[in-house]
Parts: sequence; C-alpha cells; structure tokens
Amino acid sequence: MTSRYRHTLGTTTYHFDSLAEVMAKASPARSGDRLAGVIAESAEERVVAQMVLAELPLKVFLEEALVPYEDDEITRLILDEHDPAAFEPVSHLTVGDFRNWLLGDEATPDALARLRPGLTPEMVAAVSKIMRNQDLILVAKKCHVVTAFRNTIGQPGHLSTRLQPNHPTDDATGIAASILDGLLYGNGDAVIGINPATDNVTQSVKLMRMLDEVIRKYEIPTQSCVLTHVTNTLEAIESGAPVDLVFQSIGGTEATNRSFGFGLSDLAEARDAALGLKRGTVGDNVMYFETGQGSSLSADAHHGLDQQTCEARAYAVARKFEPLLVNTVVGFIGPEYLFDGKEIIRAGLEDHCCGKLLGVPMGCDVCYTNHAEADQNDMDNLLTLLGVAGCNFVMGIPGSDDIMLNYQTTSFHDALYARRALGLRPAPEFERWLDHMGVFEDVTAMRPSREVPAAFAPSLDRISTEARDG
Amino acid sequence: MADETDPAETTETAVVRNPWRRLRSFTDARIGLGRAGISLPTSRLLEFQLAHAQARDAVHWPLDVPALCEQLADCGKPVPAGEPIALHTRAEHRTMYLQRPDLGRRLDEASIERLSQTGDDHGAAFDLALVVVDGLSARAVQEHAAPFISALAEALGEDDATWRIAPLTVVEQGRVAIGDEIGERLNARAVVVLVGERPGLSSPDSLGLYLTWGPRVGVTDADRNCISNVRPAGLALTEAARRLRYLLREARERELSGVALKDRSEDDVIEHAGEPGNFLTD
Repeated sequence: MTSRYRHTLGTTTYHFDSLAEVMAKASPARSGDRLAGVIAESAEERVVAQMVLAELPLKVFLEEALVPYEDDEITRLILDEHDPAAFEPVSHLTVGDFRNWLLGDEATPDALARLRPGLTPEMVAAVSKIMRNQDLILVAKKCHVVTAFRNTIGQPGHLSTRLQPNHPTDDATGIAASILDGLLYGNGDAVIGINPATDNVTQSVKLMRMLDEVIRKYEIPTQSCVLTHVTNTLEAIESGAPVDLVFQSIGGTEATNRSFGFGLSDLAEARDAALGLKRGTVGDNVMYFETGQGSSLSADAHHGLDQQTCEARAYAVARKFEPLLVNTVVGFIGPEYLFDGKEIIRAGLEDHCCGKLLGVPMGCDVCYTNHAEADQNDMDNLLTLLGVAGCNFVMGIPGSDDIMLNYQTTSFHDALYARRALGLRPAPEFERWLDHMGVFEDVTAMRPSREVPAAFAPSLDRISTEARDG
Repeated sequence: MADETDPAETTETAVVRNPWRRLRSFTDARIGLGRAGISLPTSRLLEFQLAHAQARDAVHWPLDVPALCEQLADCGKPVPAGEPIALHTRAEHRTMYLQRPDLGRRLDEASIERLSQTGDDHGAAFDLALVVVDGLSARAVQEHAAPFISALAEALGEDDATWRIAPLTVVEQGRVAIGDEIGERLNARAVVVLVGERPGLSSPDSLGLYLTWGPRVGVTDADRNCISNVRPAGLALTEAARRLRYLLREARERELSGVALKDRSEDDVIEHAGEPGNFLTD
C-alpha cells in the first residue's frame, strides 16, 4: 500500500498512515505521547515526520479533520468558523513555508492579527512542531492579544499576575493573609483567583463575596474569580453572587469537555449571564479558561492525537468566548505527560505561541509537581523565556508553595524578578493604583514600600492585636 | 513560624522584613518572607530548597523491603502473622514507573507466580486483603504502614464480625490499581491499598488508603473510597483506622464501595466561622 505520507531517506522509505500520525511523530519528544503510544519510534523517524509535515500544504488541515466533523463539536466549531478571506495571505503555503513567513518581516503584529480567523489550531500546532524554542518566542512576541475588564491585560511590555491565595480549608483569615501579601508585592492585576477546596456552590459564593468586598474597599482595578465548575458559577450568578469572571477548565475534544461535565452551550450560557451583570469598567472579557497538555489523554478522549495538537484545539474553544485570560497549567499534570524541566519548558513555549497565533490571551502557570524531574531553576528559565515572549500573565503565590493544590508555581517575588529583569510593567490601571496607594515607593523601579501602606495599616494593626492576644 | 530564632527575622542583614509576617500564625502559606532587593532572603531560599529536597527524596528513595516485611510480620490479630509476600509491578525502575502509570498497575511474571503459590488451599474467599504499596513516597510507607496496620488490626478486633484477612503483600513500583489484581488473585472480597501519596512541599510522608469492594482488574476509581493525608502531622493513624473500619463495615454490609458509599463517620464540613475572618474588610 502506498500512503500519501511518505519520505525516502537513503534506502529507507518511511510511511505514515494518516495526518494524525505525521503530526504525532513530528512532535518533539514528551512522555505523554509515549504513554499514548503515538510517539516517533526513533529520533530519525521524528525528523522525517517533521520533513513530511513541512511539505504539506496548510490547506490540508481544512480538507482532513483530525477528529471527525460528525463526532465532535470542536471540529465543527473550527471548520464552520474558518474565515477563508483572512486565510488568503498564507493559503498557498506549505507548513514549512508558513514557518518562514511567520518569522519574516511581512508578518507584522497587524498582519498576524488579521490572519487569526484564517488559522486553525491544527495549522498552528503543525508549524509549532517544526519551530525551535527561539522561533516560538520570536513569533509569539509579535502577537499582541489585549483584553480588558477592570484593567487592560496583554499590552506589549506588560506582565500581569494572577494572585492565587488558595487555602486547604478555604479559611477566610488565611486567604486574606495571602491576598495582603500578594497585593503588597504588587501582584494580582490579572485576577485574584481562588481554587476553592470544595466544589460546592455555597462555599464558592462565600469566596466570591469576600473577594468582591476586598476589591471594592481598596478600589483595586482588578477582577476576581472563584475557579469552580461553570455550572456552579451560573447558579451563583442566578442567586445574585458578584461574579466578575466565569471559570472553566477546557480541553480540545468534545469528549474531553464531556468528561469535565460541560459542552460549548454551557459556556455560551454562562458568558451571557456574566455579561448581563455588566461589572466590567474598561472592557467586557468575562471568561477565564485553563488548559494543559495531556488532559485529553488523561480523559481517554484524545482520538489518537498527540497531546500538543489536542491542546491547540482547546484554544479554538477559548477564542470563541472572548476570554480575559487563558492559562496553560503546564507542569501540573505530572511526569507521565511532561517528564522533566526540558519537556515542561518546551510545552509552555508551544502553548503560549499557539494560543497567541490564534488570538487567545495566553498566560502560563509556570509550575511543577514534586514527582516531576524539575525544580525552581527550570521555572526560572521558563518564566524568563515567557517574559521575553510577551506572555500576558503568570501566577503569583506566597513563596511558590500552593498549600492547597500541593504543587509549586511562580511566587510574588518571581513576578517582580521578571518585571525588573525584563523591564516589564503591570497592567497600567493597576500600576497607577500601586503608585497612589503607596504600595510601591517607586513603580518604575518595581520597588515596594518598606512600610505598610496607610490604607492597609489599620486592618493589619487590628489583626496583629488579635494574633497577640488570641 | 515567625519566631525569635528565625534568621530572616533577626540576624540576617540586607533584608527588608515584612511586618505582616505575624499573620503566619493564621496560615501555613509562605507569606511575609521579606526581601533582598525584590528577591528571596537567603534563609527563605534555603528553607524552600530543603522542603523540596525532602519531597524529592521521598519520591526517589527505594523502599527497604526486607526491613518493612520484618516490621509487618506481627501486626496482631486478625492480621495473619508471618512475613508478607514481596511483589513487584511491571515498572522495572522509578523512571519507568513515573512515565508509565499503566505498568505500575500490573504485576510482573515472577510476582504472579509467587502469589499463585501462596494462595488459599481451600479456595474460600478472604474478607479482606491489605496491600502495602510504595507509590510516590516510600518514606510514608516505611514509617507509617506497620503502625497503621496494627491500629487497624486493633480496630477490626473490636468488630462484631470476624475478619478473615489474606496474607499481607508489599509491592514495589506500584500504583493504587495494583490492589485490584492482587485482591482478585488472592480471592479477597475487598482490598485496601496503603500507598505513599505524592509528596507536598511540607508533607513528604503522607499515606493514602484506598478501599475497593470486589477487586478485579479494570475497576475504575469511581468504585473506590479514599482516606488521604494519613500521617502524624495530618490525619492521625488511629483516627484513619477508625474511619477505615467504618467504611469496611459499610462496604461489607452493602457489598459495594465507591461513590455510592459515603463516609458518614464524620460530617464532611468545611465550615469556618473561624475568627478573625477576613480582616481586610471586617
């Protein structure tokens, strides 16, 4: 049998049975693809697959669906909403030529923004597989995806953070202490976002009210989010809770999302409900999504695809709902999907670049678990690389230690490191707040004040008395 | 905690201290660390490195099987006395184990052979098999498995029903689901897997307990009940044994486990009318 996908190297001819196999085998090595049994069998076969991929016309991804159109609402979303006019400037290119085009001087930020509706996740996944890390950084840096709610996120030269004050029992005092710590270190402009310890609506509403009160009392130009299931948030909105952002973990196949307990119509309904609250002041991006390579395989819903292609498809879901923030939680899933620092770093750069090419406001949870072959140095590397690449936001947590989710992510200090080392600034509205509240004595130098700012001092004095007496 | 002997609070120089460090009395989060410039003070940096090093060691330290088997040889009735059966999964070493969860769920050939030689001669079912598995923290298993099983034996000894317990097994490079194959091969009506949990930064020695009724290869996690964070600084061993005994009795009575079997041994409350609450706005 002669397949459409073959390549002769010396006396050996390599055959690939399908486009999905070419994509999977062209992927830089990672443990999740090995676990799925779709990884290239040798280093040589991987490069041969990349050569085959580079020769394919971009159009092939419009003609051949990797997950059947009939079976999957995300495939239907991708193909039905594809814009041929936007695609026109690159429609004649192969995947290999597309890489050249992206790196070329014609691909300006404006040209890349116009191209977005013409690109599918599979096209950007394909080209990313033949890009080196520096290509992923340089191309992403040219993609500006700016969103807004109570402040403006993603402008070039800015790096925001999600303040993540998680606590293992949702203890209000503990959460408040972490929020205070984060704010006084200049964190929290992307969102103040809590992962609740339990997934029930009453608990979530309590946390929503708490965050809302803090934001209003100190007039912080930021937004809140309680990361509970989309159906819980919808219920919370209906009960009158102060919801800024609707959260959901999303994947790149319908079956993945079904395993998460939602479909596209649930996202649409929740978004409409949140928009109806009209709580944004400078914009109306009301969704917060999290993604991460490996989730589809983990749900046994990957349709034989490699994990990076599945991940890119999740961005089609994200962009449909015009989110404020999309966060690839890159190192959380564990070493059976991304084994070590090298694989985590590569995946973080791929996700950021692919998301940005598709017009998604990408941030990254630069993180690892204790059973992965990774450490703080790997996180420093990825944080720095993403800072250079123009990543919209990262996490901020006290001392890198999430005491609820038991993993390590970037700290409040890390964010200030990246801002100082790379000359990046917080969201403009938030930066002005840091300045006039006296949180920072010098915002341009990213220098926090030595003293507790006047607005926070009374609360701290009161609680300190209780701490002493109690 | 912020105390007098804390170098970053007292002796360390060139550090800007954070007055809100006192709030550590309300949370384990690493707040108020202070700063050198905008970076971590040296003592805080090294504290973190130590915690991570302990967690890493917990993941990679191999189980000392002979020592553990000796500890487990006499846990008290109704747990049978004698050396446990030492088994190994198809994951040959730690690197393979970490990358291939599927291999950690099945026994290797030698283990299957060993298990078949020690099966029950009369073919009658055991009420319970206890399977001790290294998981992601051999340290948790090494330190807490034997005292926990002794505590459980005592709890079950007080039970009205008699518990016919299979010979203990100890498994290297195993995951929770390895208990399904072992329970099936031992002809046990229920299996409890004691497994080392993924170490957190401040909890390198946490044991997880997984109960499955009717163990057989292919059971899903929805059919299990879990008691987690079992360690002296977390859920105490005797309390964990009490809860497990409750679940075991319920499972035996209703002949099922998993989502249909709720732990009502203690109301599952996350309720913090806790003082002083959200001090930022109160």
